Order: sequence, then C-alpha cells, then structure tokens
Amino acid sequence: MTALLEIRNLHAEIDGQKILNGLDLVVNKGEIHAIMGPNGAGKSTLSYVLAGKPGYEVTAGEALLNNVNIFEMSPDERAAKGLFLAFQYPLEIPGVATMTFLRTAVNAQRKKRGEEELSSPELIKRVREIAMKLGIDTEMLRRPVNVGFSGGEKKRNETLQMVLLQPTLCVLDETDSGLDIDALKVVANGVNQLRSPDRGMVVITHYQRLLDHIVPDVVHVLSAGRIARTGGKALALELEAMGYAQYQGEAA
Amino acid sequence: MNAEVRPMKTNAELALADIFAGAKRRLPGNDAVKAQRSGAFDDFMKSGLPHRRVEAWKYTDLRAIMRDAHPLAAPPSAEAKAKARSAGRALAHLRSRRMVIVDGAFAADLSDLVDLEAGVAIRSMAEALTSGDALISAYLGKVAPRDDASLTLNTALMGDGVVIHIAPGVTVERPIHLVFISTSDKPAAVFERSLVVVEPRAHLTLLETYEGPDESQYQVNTALELIVGDAARVDHLKMIAEGRAALHVATQLADIGQSATFNDFCFTTGGAVVRNQLFVRFKGQGAVADIRGVSLLAGRQHGDQTLVADHVAPGCESRETFKSVLDDEARAVFQGKINVHPGAQQTNARMMARALLLSSDAEADCKPELEIFADDVQCGHGSTTGKLNDEQKFYLMARGIPAREAEALLIQAFVGEVVEAIKNEGVKEALMNATLSWLR
Repeated sequence: MTALLEIRNLHAEIDGQKILNGLDLVVNKGEIHAIMGPNGAGKSTLSYVLAGKPGYEVTAGEALLNNVNIFEMSPDERAAKGLFLAFQYPLEIPGVATMTFLRTAVNAQRKKRGEEELSSPELIKRVREIAMKLGIDTEMLRRPVNVGFSGGEKKRNETLQMVLLQPTLCVLDETDSGLDIDALKVVANGVNQLRSPDRGMVVITHYQRLLDHIVPDVVHVLSAGRIARTGGKALALELEAMGYAQYQGEAA
Repeated sequence: MNAEVRPMKTNAELALADIFAGAKRRLPGNDAVKAQRSGAFDDFMKSGLPHRRVEAWKYTDLRAIMRDAHPLAAPPSAEAKAKARSAGRALAHLRSRRMVIVDGAFAADLSDLVDLEAGVAIRSMAEALTSGDALISAYLGKVAPRDDASLTLNTALMGDGVVIHIAPGVTVERPIHLVFISTSDKPAAVFERSLVVVEPRAHLTLLETYEGPDESQYQVNTALELIVGDAARVDHLKMIAEGRAALHVATQLADIGQSATFNDFCFTTGGAVVRNQLFVRFKGQGAVADIRGVSLLAGRQHGDQTLVADHVAPGCESRETFKSVLDDEARAVFQGKINVHPGAQQTNARMMARALLLSSDAEADCKPELEIFADDVQCGHGSTTGKLNDEQKFYLMARGIPAREAEALLIQAFVGEVVEAIKNEGVKEALMNATLSWLR
C-alpha cells in the first residue's frame, strides 16, 4: 500500500492555545478514513491546518502529501498539489460569479501544474455535466458564490467544486452538519463518485449518519488533539451507541 | 484705531488675480457674460481659495494644496490635437459621438458634428458665450445654484466646453462623449464649462472622460450644468483618469424635473488631487436619481467626492452609493448631504459609502449628513471602512487561486456591486476593464 497522506507528530495551536498534540495519521491511496470525536477535540483544526488557514500555527510535525511536506506551501499550492478541503461553513462571496470563481480556480491549478487552461465553453460544459450528475440545479451557478444559498445548497456547491477539481486528497470538514437527507445524499454521491484507487478521503464528522452513505475503511477517534483510538467501521456504530463520554474526560 | 481686516492673499490667489486681469478682455463672452465674470471674480477674491475651515472643504484644503496658480493653457497646437485623437479610448467601443476639448478649447475639427440627429444641437461654449446664446442667458449659473469658491472661479475664468440641447421627446441613440484632454508638458491651467439641456421626455447618455500626461502638473477646473427636463432621462458617466500630478476640481450641477430619471456614475482612477462635487436639485415631483461613484486610488492620491442632494419637490427618490479602494497612502473623502426641504414630503433617500483599505497607511474620511425639514420622509445613510476579508481570501486560495489573484477577485467584486446596476452593458464592461487594469 502506498501512503497518500502521512501526518507525523503534528502539534498546532491558535493564539497560543494548543489544539493538536502529537497527531499521527496515515491515509493510503484508495482509502476513506473517518475522523470522529467530541466537540473541541481538534477536528476542524486538523482540516484547517492541512489546508493552511492563516492563524493556525504548526509548532511541530509534518504532513506529507505524496511524500512532499505541505506545511511549506501556501494554501493555493496545496490545492494545486491535489488537496481539497470541503468547508464546514463555505464562505459567501458577493460580487464574484460562481462560474468566474470555478474557472479561475480550475485554471489557476492547471497553470501551476503546467497544464493547458480550459476555455470558458469547455468549463461550462464540464460544470453542467457534474451538476446534472449530482442533481444540482444549474440556476445556482448563475448566482454569486454561495450568496443566498441555504446550508444544503452550499454543501452541494462544495461537492460540485470537489468533483470539478478532481483532487487526490479530499478532506470533508463536518460536511453533514446542517444537512437534510437529500443534500446528504448529494454530498455522499459526489464523494462516492470520486472513490478511486489513487485517491484518499478524510471525512470529519461528529455523527455516524454520514458514514451510512460514505462507508469508511478506517475510523479514528480524535480526542484532546490526538488519535485516541482506531478501528473499522463498526467503531462508528459503537460511538453512536455509547457517545463520546469516555473520550470527554481526556479532552478536558 | 480701527485696522481694516484684510486677509493675506496666497501666492496662488495673487497669481489668479494677475491671470484674470490679463485675460479678462480676451476671455469669450458678450457684455452680459463679461459682467458676470467680473462679479464672480470679485466674489472669489473676497472668499479666496476654499480651505479647511470652510466646512464643505474640510478634508480638501485647496488653499494649501494649490501652492501656485498656473497660467492659462495655450490654444492647442497641431501636435496637441494629434494626441487628442486617441483620447477617451476606454469608451471607444461604445461608438459614441465624440466632442473633443483639448487643453480647455473645443476642437470642432476633432469632434463628430456631422449628421446630428434631429432635435440635437451642439456648439462650443466659447461661441455660445460670445454670441449671446439663449440657453446661456436662460440657464448659465442658474442650475442648482451654489455658493462655492471653486465654481465662482470657474465662472470668472471659464474658457470653453460644449453647449448641448436635446429637444423635447427626442431619444438620442448614440451616447455623446465629451473627451477632455490636457496635453501640455508645462504647468498650465484650464477652466472648462459645459451646459447640457435635456428637454422634457428626451433621453440622453452623456459620457465624460478626463486625461492628461503623468509628467505635467496641470490644473483642471471644470463645471457642468445639466438640466433633466420633466419625464426626461439622463445617464451620465464620468471617468477621471487624469495624469499622476494633476489637480482636478469639478463641479456638477443638476436640476431634475418632474418624474425624470437621472443616473450618475463617477469613476476615478487618476489625478494627484481630485475634488468632484455634485449638487443635485430635485425640482419636480416624483424624480428619481441614482448616483454612484467608485474611486480606485494608490500612491499618495487624494480623491474627494462631495455630494449634496437637495430634495425640494415632494415624492422624489434618491440613491447614493460610493465606494473606494485605497492602496499605499491614498486618501478618499466622501461627504454626502441630503437636504429635505419643507414641503418635500414622501422623500425617499438613502446614502451609503464604503471604503476598502488595502494598506494600513491608507485613509478614508466619510461625512454623511441629513437635514430634514419635512415630517413624512424616509432617509438613511451608512458607511463602512474595512480591509479585505481574510476568510473569503482563504476560501479562494484553498481552491487553488494565488493570493494576488484572490485579492483581485475580491476587489473586483467590491467594485462590481456598484457597477452592476448600470443598464448599458458597454459602460459596465468599460468600468470593469478599467478596474482590471488598475489592479495590474
């Protein structure tokens, strides 16, 4: 098995507050890993640190994506390397047309990888195809990025971007939060479409529900900034039944 | 002992007195105009250049800024006219009717005066002042009248410009583009004055562009008087792209008639110091005006947008939206005042100013004012000043968009919100292109 993502001894903090305390995680190509855990365990921090959000300081450790340490790269370079973060709260960007945004993103990544840029008609065609496959209303694409979108629509838009950009590593940060069952299925459908032997996924979630639709290979419990337990998909069901009580103490 | 209070004159004021004394005989105008000039100049000398203790000029101290008054620009040479041919390029794709004013003089040979549509009359201001044009005696100095020293100075020294008349009910299909260009490489001053009368039910799109060389410290004092007749419609766009060292002082006076529509947009990217003041008087019931502005400033540029909306008639609606993007040590000033006069019931007026600071040394000053003397009105104003949203920028970067490109997208979006409402697709395109080239 070839490792796609290797996180070693990751320590990270925000405003001097330690959130991640020696986290180790290896995601092999073709695998889906679920990361579960109580509130405050550091789940979202992990996703932001991987994507390179300003304000999140890595104080020790490294994260190798295809053997390259991504902590030395800017967020856009990480994206061009194949990292995709589906945001828990996708941002609204008034005044930026969704299509302009998608075209700029796709072509910025292609340019950085030395590939030829896509023409507007070609891009529109691709976006429409994906929207159709995912059951996304194309009317959404005519609006500015996420503006006036419901929670569900925003997550659908994230999924569309993910499928369009064809990343090698997808990190989904609580993608199920605030989703009704239909939207949940759209997201799961998108993720499942991307499943491939070359790709890996990290699905961060508080609830087991999403994992009925995106079936993980490995489940981890994150607590107090490190992986407290690792198991198969049965672990998710156990957590659903028992709650996080036994891990809360550790977090406190 | 009673000493007479005689304020000290600045070098610039003394120079202006010399310029007026030397030029008043040859400045265009019949006896009535000459009398108007002399009266205006006397008034100007009493007040002097406006300074920071004059509330309306608080943030743009013209007396301190204008260390010297430059001599009046020489009539344009053949070389100057050659430069003017390519002026106003930003709006070239609109296929408008060009009226070219070079170094303050109307250039008929560069202007498109052939095959004027029926009901459209255009002539040079200098000619109109000399011949005693009926429009001059009826309107000049009477549109939304204002006691302002820079305007008074313009009236004293006004050289040329255009006089446009659109007959009642005429829809002018081609926009009319006033192309103002300064070409002098030596310090020079121009005083331009234009009068545009759009009679009832007529429609006109009026464009203005201002430009000049970056190397020269020229001074522009320009004024436009505009009458929007009853049920008429005027869409006005002004682009200030003056040279880097230029001083641009502009006054725009507008009277809006009953049920008329007036859309105004001022787009500023050029000039060292720009003062653009608009005085809009809502004279007829049910008039609607949408007044917008965008200033994109960098270096040590100073851009002042001053607006007074006078609601005299009842049931009028005004929207004012101004935005500025400021880099380096640039400074933007927005002063907006809504006056609701007694009897102007059911006025609906809203004003908003937003500034985006790209640098910690940039500054935005915003002074909104409401003066309401009627009891059944809806008026509001707001202002915000902030920097680029880091969360939005991170979101864009997380999708692979490099930092600079992400910032450019967000700035375009900020500007785009004001431009979006423009109906004319060509104008919209021109402004977004101008924004893009500013970002480069």
